[in-house]
Amino acid sequence: MSNRRSSSTQSGTPSRITDDQMIELVSKLRQLLPEIRSSRSDKVSASKVLQETCSYIRSLHREVADLSERLSQLLSTVDADSAEAAIIRSLIM
Amino acid sequence: MKNPQRSPTNPGSLRSRFTQVFLQSLLRIRKHNPTSSSSSSHGEFLKRCRRVKVAAYVSMARAVGTRRAWSRATLWRARNGERQRNLLYGRCSKSNSRERSLGKRKRKKKKKKKRDNEEHSFGHAKKLQKLVPGGEAMDFCCLLDETAHYIKCLITQVKVMRSIADFYSL
Repeated sequence: MSNRRSSSTQSGTPSRITDDQMIELVSKLRQLLPEIRSSRSDKVSASKVLQETCSYIRSLHREVADLSERLSQLLSTVDADSAEAAIIRSLIM
Repeated sequence: MKNPQRSPTNPGSLRSRFTQVFLQSLLRIRKHNPTSSSSSSHGEFLKRCRRVKVAAYVSMARAVGTRRAWSRATLWRARNGERQRNLLYGRCSKSNSRERSLGKRKRKKKKKKKRDNEEHSFGHAKKLQKLVPGGEAMDFCCLLDETAHYIKCLITQVKVMRSIADFYSL
């Protein structure tokens, strides 16, 4: 299985996946990333997208951890039963 | 409806499913881990903190169901015990997780300069595989697809958790 090199800057993967597929997936990821999305350049490399994706996921994990800490502190202070129904209603509707 | 999952008013949406499951988990945690500020130790606090964090990830995986590889991996890990959870999610303490991720970044930085552009992609893909649940079993194409969905769900998860925390703080 040889690596297929192409003229585009977004290559470097096993030959199973076509360049077009790769470009599509990478651009889909790009749309989700806050920093790259705001930059106008079309020529962001796949490597950069992957790197930003990793940082973004890590930062989301950190946020979840921080929010979990906050929630577990708050849990002990609240009478949950009445609050629960109110929260569900306010968040879903 | 173009994308039912995005609509906040749709009772079947991912967001509302996650909210319900997560709130139920929070109540369960509260019931089984009652605390009073004077008697709870820091260790107890960390335990509960970790339970909330795991509950958040598992609730999201349950809301997504088994149609995604990453959610299946999360649910499988949850069923297969504490030890798996400790290995994969690490500790709840802030400094611990920051140290770990900083350490990783420092180590990889030196190698990064020596690689060319193609190897960059592989190196980052490996890191990504470790971040996405079940990633190590995926090929590159699936990995990118699963990652996109995983990120969307994580964003929803964070938003809902923040709303709940803000609500409780009032």
